Amino acid sequence: MLNKQKENQLKIQANIIRQDIIKMITAAGSGHPGGSLGMTDILTALYFGVLKHNPKKPLWPERDRLILSNGHIVPVRYAAMARAGYFPVQRLKTLRKFGSPLQGHPSLHDFPAMECSSGPLGQGISVAVGMALAAKLNKKSYRVYCLMGDGEINEGQCWEAYLLAAKYKLNNLTVILDRNNIQIDGRSDEVMPLNPLAAKYRAFNFKVMTVNGHNFSEILKALQAAGWERSKPTVIIARTIPGKGVTYMENDYQWHGNAPKPEQAKEALDQLNKELLTLQHVAKKLAK
Amino acid sequence: MLRKNWQNREKLQAQATRQGFGEGLLAAAKLDPNIVALCADLTGSLNMTDFQAAFPDRFFQVGVAEQNMAGVGAGLALSGKTVFISSFAAFNPGRNWEQIRVSIGYNNANVKVIGSHAGLSVGEDGATHQALEDLATMRVIPNMSVISPADGLEAKKATLAIARKKGPFYLRLCRAKTPLFTSPEAKFVIGQAQVLQPGRDLTLIATGPLVYEALAASLALAKLGLKAGVINLHTVKPIDQQAIVKAAKATGAIVTIEDHQAYGGLGSAVAEVLVKHCPVPQEFVAVKDTFGESGQPAELFHKYGLDAKHIFTAVKRVLKRK
Ligand SMILES: Cc1ncc(C[n+]2csc(CCOP(=O)(O)OP(=O)(O)O)c2C)c(N)n1
Repeated sequence: MLNKQKENQLKIQANIIRQDIIKMITAAGSGHPGGSLGMTDILTALYFGVLKHNPKKPLWPERDRLILSNGHIVPVRYAAMARAGYFPVQRLKTLRKFGSPLQGHPSLHDFPAMECSSGPLGQGISVAVGMALAAKLNKKSYRVYCLMGDGEINEGQCWEAYLLAAKYKLNNLTVILDRNNIQIDGRSDEVMPLNPLAAKYRAFNFKVMTVNGHNFSEILKALQAAGWERSKPTVIIARTIPGKGVTYMENDYQWHGNAPKPEQAKEALDQLNKELLTLQHVAKKLAK
Repeated sequence: MLRKNWQNREKLQAQATRQGFGEGLLAAAKLDPNIVALCADLTGSLNMTDFQAAFPDRFFQVGVAEQNMAGVGAGLALSGKTVFISSFAAFNPGRNWEQIRVSIGYNNANVKVIGSHAGLSVGEDGATHQALEDLATMRVIPNMSVISPADGLEAKKATLAIARKKGPFYLRLCRAKTPLFTSPEAKFVIGQAQVLQPGRDLTLIATGPLVYEALAASLALAKLGLKAGVINLHTVKPIDQQAIVKAAKATGAIVTIEDHQAYGGLGSAVAEVLVKHCPVPQEFVAVKDTFGESGQPAELFHKYGLDAKHIFTAVKRVLKRK
């Protein structure tokens, strides 16, 4: 299904988005690089391969809904949306600045294409369930995607929402869980153990798939399979590496919510640029 | 605005404001197919069973999960529905305040938060279930309007009105049956206080079923030669500044009456207006920074300072300060 060429294109797109993230958060002087970089491949897959959407008509009524319940990783969403054509890439550098629609956490008020304001953990999934319920009521065929963090699901509200999603057989809902095993105070396994996690979701009557969150072919396959489910909501547990692509950030929870200093940013961008050159080289070879 | 025989408490029918809500919801839903309602395992208590029976596809039982209910309500509203979410006020908005603040308030979602069994008048359930802070916690949320109807009929009208008006609302309801004293003809306009009678010596401003107690107090005061104005401030936010200032100018003294904490509720809202536009003495008939307990509403009103005797003392105090 996913040919080498398409996969390489997605990798290039993701690399560009990762560079955007580093630049944005560095310019802002604050923000959350860990989860943003870790979820870049997923958001790239969504915006450049899966979502039914129209960047020129962001509020097109038939669009798929994407709810970022883990709102703190919004830099990756802003970057993906800019690259998808929602708004000019130059605007990314206004992240977290006074007067910018690119608020520190998603704001429906300042940026309607965000679908809903989020950031206080646990709330987005309830809103997503409400939207999926509304789609059923209105006999609409769009899907609702909800991205969540593994620390986020410490919140009891998430499990209330899951119960309701299963009760109403919301097969139009796909939860994508960022299983990166970090949160603010440390490793998720230590802050609040979640395992056996897949079994928990299964017990809540979800269809459960586990993927490598950096493998486009696995991501796309799972996202597609969710659409075939007839009677259950789906959760895709995406194993990701927080800080992915920037070696010194990878798997270190300290980078959950710290901005790199300019020299650290340079090191990160150098590494990403090197990778980009390799990918572009591959692209040339594949084109032949 | 009042029924003809309003002075005769015994002759008036009694109905809880939550019952008026149930009727209003059903009526509104018949008019507007876009209305949906959610309840957190208190469908009977909220008088929503008629709605549920009439519109099973538009009713969602969310279980005992008030936080989730607020978010699901927001999601439905952001998808175009007019949404009612309901439970006891102690939990909705007591338990889910932050969800209401963000998912509903910040999103400016068209969700009506229905909190029933508010105030000491819950009675026997005791302090845990007596929401005495909800007016305060709801009125501080931007975009949120706050309504506290005085009787069942007004609750029905208020429900129809908020169903028609886009945006977040909090509707405060009570469990106990209280006199039906407003007239069927009385217009309910969001944000417009009702001057039930004009005053000369002072004005009683009340909200919820205690409006009737304010009226009763005005009768007793009339026997002493005191002419007390009575205002039904059913909309606590947006507040009817004009009506309050006019009453303050005309009578020079205000007593506010509410089944709620003195801090942050109706009295505070009125004081905010007076202090800025027409500072006159004000006294607060309200719960004074304490929790309630089990008992009959009348017993509790007596102990916690909300009954006729306390209204009377407050009037005496405020007149001395004039
Ligand atoms: C209700 C709530 N409590 C606390 C926070 C502060 N907070 C922001 S992110 C975070 C950790 C979230 O962990 P996770 O979901 O795993 O995100 P990741 O670290 O993987 O990006 C916390 C506690 C919040 N945003 N909302």
